[in-house]
Amino acid sequence: MVSQSNDRADTAKNALNDEKPLLQIRNVTKKFGDFTAVNNVDLDIHSGELFCLLGGSGCGKSTLLRMLAGFETPTSGQILIESKDMSGVPPYQRPTNMMFQSYALFPHMSVEKNIAFGLQQDGINRSEIKDRTQNMLKLVELQGYEKRRPGQLSGGQRQRVALARALVKEPKLLLLDEPLGALDKKLREQTQFELMNIQYKVGVTFVVVTHDQEEAMVLSDRIAVMDKGAFIQIGSPTEIYEFPKNRFVANFIGSANIFEGRVIENTSKSLKITTDLGEVELKQSSTLTVGSTVYLGIRPEKISIDKDASSKKQDFTTSGVVEDIGYLGNTSRYKVRLDQGTLVDVTAQNHLRPQNRSHAFSWEENVSLHWDASNVMLLTS
Amino acid sequence: MNDSAFPSDLAPKALANTSVLDRLQERWKTIVIVLPFVWLLVFFLAPFFIVAKISLAELEISSPPFTAMIEWVDGTIVTIRLVFDNFIYIFEDPLYSKTYLNSIKIAFISTLLALLLGYPISYGIVRSNPVTKQLLLFAIILPFWTSFLLRVYAWMGLLADQGTINNLLISLGLIETPLRMLYTEFAVYVGIVYTYLPFMILPLYANMEKLDVTLNEAAADLGSGPINTFFKITLPLTMPGVIAGALLVFIPATGEYVIPDLLGGGNVQMIGRQLYNEFARNIDWPVAAAVAIVLLLILVLPMAIYQYYQGRAAERI
Repeated sequence: MVSQSNDRADTAKNALNDEKPLLQIRNVTKKFGDFTAVNNVDLDIHSGELFCLLGGSGCGKSTLLRMLAGFETPTSGQILIESKDMSGVPPYQRPTNMMFQSYALFPHMSVEKNIAFGLQQDGINRSEIKDRTQNMLKLVELQGYEKRRPGQLSGGQRQRVALARALVKEPKLLLLDEPLGALDKKLREQTQFELMNIQYKVGVTFVVVTHDQEEAMVLSDRIAVMDKGAFIQIGSPTEIYEFPKNRFVANFIGSANIFEGRVIENTSKSLKITTDLGEVELKQSSTLTVGSTVYLGIRPEKISIDKDASSKKQDFTTSGVVEDIGYLGNTSRYKVRLDQGTLVDVTAQNHLRPQNRSHAFSWEENVSLHWDASNVMLLTS
Repeated sequence: MNDSAFPSDLAPKALANTSVLDRLQERWKTIVIVLPFVWLLVFFLAPFFIVAKISLAELEISSPPFTAMIEWVDGTIVTIRLVFDNFIYIFEDPLYSKTYLNSIKIAFISTLLALLLGYPISYGIVRSNPVTKQLLLFAIILPFWTSFLLRVYAWMGLLADQGTINNLLISLGLIETPLRMLYTEFAVYVGIVYTYLPFMILPLYANMEKLDVTLNEAAADLGSGPINTFFKITLPLTMPGVIAGALLVFIPATGEYVIPDLLGGGNVQMIGRQLYNEFARNIDWPVAAAVAIVLLLILVLPMAIYQYYQGRAAERI
């Protein structure tokens, strides 16, 4: 498993160094009347990548996917697959296949016929169709279900038939619209890993649309965070989470405590910023001018919470009162009112079992908070 | 039992209450099912047996104009007379078999024409925006606001030698002498297709409305062109609507009387007209009844096929 994930990282890295991207999206805009669903996006996706388009509902991610499949035509811009312009190419002539959110299985056909449908369109001979269909059934672990109709399958089984049907034609690019959206939480978590394994085995490039940030984090080599039809940030899950570009990304992926601040000093190596909580020095270069407004973010799990102020030596220490506690089992989430009046979210692991059902901290308790300056994220608005 | 939230003396009472409600509900189910059965028994099955009885009698100059099946003397049955001559007559006289076959042919072709017209119309309605959809559906039902007979008479005016269509074509200089349309089989087709088209469109519409558009997209995505997608996906999934619509057109069209009489004149022989002639002109009730029974048996066959398909479709889902 470990070696495999390393391999995955390697293939992704190699792919990124590859000269020619598999998919090129060039300044694509899609308008429905006055509404701009996708606004001038530009993106390269390389062979073998598992790429996620992540965003809330109505952000344009599905419209972009449908343009890749050929169900929508861009108002302007170009989509190239293997350097071939796809404009005017109908869905049935594109080297892409799509897995639909509703699965869109043909209800009047058996599992076997659903999977074979795409191959039959290509005029492939019967014995090969049978072999490839069987291979797919094996891949998605649905052997023995050949003769069932979609109506006789569970949600998870239908999802796998849909995946098999989309993969059997060995497309250059597989488009997945909320592939796990219809599954319940437990099944979804399990299927995430199955999906990754299958992608690794078949080596097909995946573009996944999802609104679920956790799903995007687990699955992707790279994520594009979308809002209002535009890409806000594109990067690996780590980049997106640890180095969000702005407040939107910081808030959309996970949660963040955000403070407003002002630049008071900008040397070439560091940046001094004053906030309500005092001065912070960030060891990074920036083009920000002295006096400009910036936002600083700190993730709840990167703040340590203590009863005793002097126990730890970290870059930043402040104190406050516990106002609310959310007990999640593995972690607890505290809302701490700082002495300055700001409310801060802090997440702490529950390493120990509390005695007598009491939490490590209780309501109205005075606590001190610490964090390292290196964990502070510099955000634009 | 001791941990129960209810005091133990209350629990049985509550149980009794629900069972009374349940029993009432159970009875309601029975009532709901029995009512239509009673209706059919009184207004369909009983008249059917009366007609069947008449078909087994002989013509007699009396009132009613047929012989009695059972003769009673002093409360005991003396004779039971079952005469099969009427059926033998119908089968032996080629007029009847020809008329039956002609009826079926006309009904079949009309059904096919109605399907070819109705299918794209239904598809268009389903795919149009909600406001247009309501408007179009209203337009489909609109003709029912006018009497059926009146509409057939209107077609006579349109199709006649000196009718609207001929006058228009002559004034446009497209033809010199009027086309003979009224009192031909063509006029009967026009009449039947026109009259029964809504019965084709509405069940098709109801069926197509449930059709998921993403299935077409999925087919296209898998490499299927529009024509192939229609025959592999859309048509099989709308088959229940096609069958329902076809039966709703075929069955009444086979026994149609008014349209062949008014638009076909004496030139188009259909069994409904023959039935009327036997009944009203020849006053031969037994033969008329036999004609009706044979017609019914012919029509039961497609009904049975339909029921079979319905059952299979239900099984699948």
